[in-house]
Amino acid sequence: MTTYRTADIASPTAAGSLALLFILLVLVVTDAPAQDKQGTTTGSPETSGILPIKEHYQDPKPHSGAALPSWLARDEESLWRMPARDYASTRYSTLDQINTETVKNLQLAWTFSTGQTNGHEAAPLVVDGIMYVVTPYPNIVYALDLAKGGALKWKYNPLPQPAAQGVACCDVVNRGAVYADGKILFNTLDNHAVALDAKTGRELWKTKLGDINLGETITMAPLVVKGKMLVGNSGGEMGVRGWLKAVDIDTGKVAWTAYSTGPDQDVLIGPDFKPFYAKDQGADLGVSSWPPDMWQIGGGAVWGWISYDPELNLIYYGTGNPGPWNPDLRPGDNKWTLTLFARNPDNGQAAWAYQIEGHDLYDYDGVNELILLDLPVNGQMRKALIRPERNGHMYVMDRATGEVLSAETYAHVNVTRGVDLRTGKPRKVPEKATGLGKTVHNICPAAPGAKDWQPSAYSDRTGLLYLPHNNLCMDMRGTEANYIAGTPFVGAEVKMFAGPGGHRGEFSAWDPVAAKKLWRIKELFPVWSGAVATAGDVVFYGTMDRWFKAVHARTGELLWQFRTSSGIIGQPVTYLGPDGRQYVAVLAGVGGWSGAIVAGDLDARDGTAALGFVNAMKDLPNHTNKGGDLYVFALP
Amino acid sequence: MNVCRYQPNSRAGLAALLLVLLAGCEQEQRPVREGPAARLAPAGTSMTGQPQERQTIANPYESQVHAINEGRRLYAWFNCNGCHAAGGGGMGPALMDDQWIYGSEPAEIFATIMEGRPQGMPSYRGRIPADDVWKIVAFVRSLSGLGTKLPEGAGSTPLQDEASGNLDQGPEELKQYYKEAGDD
Repeated sequence: MTTYRTADIASPTAAGSLALLFILLVLVVTDAPAQDKQGTTTGSPETSGILPIKEHYQDPKPHSGAALPSWLARDEESLWRMPARDYASTRYSTLDQINTETVKNLQLAWTFSTGQTNGHEAAPLVVDGIMYVVTPYPNIVYALDLAKGGALKWKYNPLPQPAAQGVACCDVVNRGAVYADGKILFNTLDNHAVALDAKTGRELWKTKLGDINLGETITMAPLVVKGKMLVGNSGGEMGVRGWLKAVDIDTGKVAWTAYSTGPDQDVLIGPDFKPFYAKDQGADLGVSSWPPDMWQIGGGAVWGWISYDPELNLIYYGTGNPGPWNPDLRPGDNKWTLTLFARNPDNGQAAWAYQIEGHDLYDYDGVNELILLDLPVNGQMRKALIRPERNGHMYVMDRATGEVLSAETYAHVNVTRGVDLRTGKPRKVPEKATGLGKTVHNICPAAPGAKDWQPSAYSDRTGLLYLPHNNLCMDMRGTEANYIAGTPFVGAEVKMFAGPGGHRGEFSAWDPVAAKKLWRIKELFPVWSGAVATAGDVVFYGTMDRWFKAVHARTGELLWQFRTSSGIIGQPVTYLGPDGRQYVAVLAGVGGWSGAIVAGDLDARDGTAALGFVNAMKDLPNHTNKGGDLYVFALP
Repeated sequence: MNVCRYQPNSRAGLAALLLVLLAGCEQEQRPVREGPAARLAPAGTSMTGQPQERQTIANPYESQVHAINEGRRLYAWFNCNGCHAAGGGGMGPALMDDQWIYGSEPAEIFATIMEGRPQGMPSYRGRIPADDVWKIVAFVRSLSGLGTKLPEGAGSTPLQDEASGNLDQGPEELKQYYKEAGDD
C-alpha cells in the first residue's frame, strides 16, 4: 500500500520546474496531429496528446486501496436519478456492455433538439423508462419515452422572468434536475424551486426562493436528502448574500435557510459546531471577518455540488467567492466564503466548517464536487471526502471532522506554495496578491480555477478519479466597485490565457491514495463537461470543440469519438435501456462562462469580455456554433 | 412594411412611452444591423394610428470628446462595464460591434439605459442624472465607431495595454497545435 503523504506540498523547486519543462518539451515534440478528421471514428485512433506522468496501471483490481463508502447502495442501472448518480458523487456505473473492446462500435441511437441555444450544462435523468432533460433558461423540462425511441411524452415551461438573464453572471445555464418520490425537482434561473409529477409533468408546487433584483439567480442542480430539496443561490459577481435552503418536497415550504455570511444564528452555527482548525473557531466570524455590514453583500453563493453521508447524517457543500473580486475593498477573512460546510440535513445546523482560503484574491469559488470515499491514510482507513478545488489543490479531508489530510496540486499553481496542514491555511505567494489599481500578471490558475464546476467521476474498478479541468492563467487588475443592487459587483479587470503548454484544458486521471496524477489528455479548450466512469473501463467526456470522447480508464487511450452539433459542456450519463442495452447520453450546446463568447455573441476584440474569459477563447467561434441537442448512443 | 409598435413592459413606464412617442417611427437608415426588437421598442404607434415621422433627439454631447471621456468614467462608475466589459460584453451584449438589439440612435440608447430592457438590462432611472446618461450614450456610441471616436488608445483599459495573454504571440509549436486542431 502506498504510504500516504501528509507532509506539506513542497514549493516548486528549480529541479521540479526543469522536470516540468522537460515533460512539456517531450509533449510538444511527440504530439501527433491532435484530431481525427472523421465524424465517427472506428478502430483505435492515435493515442495523441497523452502525457504519461507515470506508467499506466495494468491490474484489473482496484489498486489504490480506496473503497466506496459501505453505506453506498448501488442503484439499479436503469436509473440515473441525480446528476452525480449517487450521494457519494461517484458518477460511476457498473454497466460494462460498452467496454474497451466494444466501444469502437458505439453508434448514435437518437437525438433530440432542446430548442435552446445557451450553454447546456445539465445531466439527463433516467427513471422508469423516461428520460428527463432540463434546458438552460427558460428552463424547459422535457420527458422522453425511451421505449418509444425518445418520443416526447410531456413538456413543462416554467416561464421564468426574462430579466433573470441580465443577472446571470456566466451564461444562463442550469446544471440539472433530480428525481425523488415520483417528482422531478429543479430550479429556474429566476429563483423558483419547482416540483413536477414525473408521470404527467403537472406542476405540484413552485416556490420563490430569491430575488433577481438583488442579483440572485439559481443555476445549480438540487439534491434531495430525507424529503428535502437542497438548493442555493448564484450571484457571487452581483453582491448577493449566499445561502442554502432546504425545501420540503411534499409541500414546497422552506424548512431551513443557512446563510454563508452574517451572524452565527443566520449561518446555522450552534452548539454542534466543531471546526477542526483554530482559524475557523470563534463567535460570529461571518460578521467580524468583514468591514462593517459588507457581509450583507459579500457573496459566498452556493451554486455547486452537494454530497451526503447518510451514516454520519451530514451533507457537504462549499460556498463561492467573496464579492467584490477586488480584495482591497473587503479586508478580513470574509467568512464564510470559500468554505466547506458539513451540516445536519434535518435542521441545517453546521457540524464543521473549513474555510479553504480566507480573503480570496482570485475568484476561486469553493463550490466544486465532493467525492466521498474511504481511503487508507498512513495505514488507517479514513472516511474521506475528496475535493478537486478551484485553487488547484486536491483536498483530501476527514469528512467526520473536517481535518485536511492532504492537499497536493493537480494543476499548475503559482499563487500558493502548498497548504499548511497544521493551520489549514494555504501559503499564499505575496507577489501574486491582487489589489486596487495594481495589475498582477500570470496568475495561475485563472479565475475559473484549475477546475470549475465541471464534475469529475470516480471508478470503483480502477480506483481513479477522472478530472475534466482547465489549464488557464490570467492577468488581473483591481478597480473600484460600486454596489448597485442587481448589477455586477466585481471591481476587477481580467484577461485569461492558456497555461503552461499552451493547451487550455485537460482530462486527467488522479490516484486519490497516492495523491498523484497518472495520466492526462491535453485538450484545446477547457474541458467544461462532466465525466462518467463505467465498469467497462471506459470513461466519457466532451469537449468544447464538439467531440464526445470515450477513453480507456487505465491508460487514457482515446477509444472512440463522435462529432456533435455544438461544443459539449453537459454531464454525460449511462443507463440500461428498456431493451436491456446500455446507452450513453449527453447534451451538446456550448456556452457557460467559458463558452459565453459563442452563446452570448461576445466581441473577441475585447479580451476583458465575460469577466476576462473571452481573451482565452477568441478562437472558439472557429470551432463551434451555438446549439442544444441531446445525443443518445448505443452499441448496434 | 414598416410596422411600428410599442409594447409596454413591467420595467418601462409612462415616461418611456412619452419618450418613444417623441422618438417617432421610421425605418432605420444607418448601415448597422438592428434586430426586430430595435424596431419594436423605440418607436411608438401614435394615438391616431397614423405612423409618425421619426424624430431624432440629438444628444447634446454627441461627438464631444471631453464628454465622451466623462461618459467612459461614468460607464465604469455605474457598473456598465460589469456586464458589457470594455465593449465586448458578458452578462450583457457586446457594445463595440454593429449589432443593436434596441437601436443605435442616441435616443434609443438613452431609453435603454433609463428604462431598461426586458431581457435583463436594468433601469437606471433615478440612479443616474439624465445629463450623465447622455454622456454615457455618447461613449457607448463611440465604442462601435458611431459619433466621434476617442483618440487612438484612449478607449482601452490599462489592463488591455499591459496584458500578455495574446494567443497570437505564443510559441511556434503552439500556433501549429492550434492550426492542426482547428483544421478538421
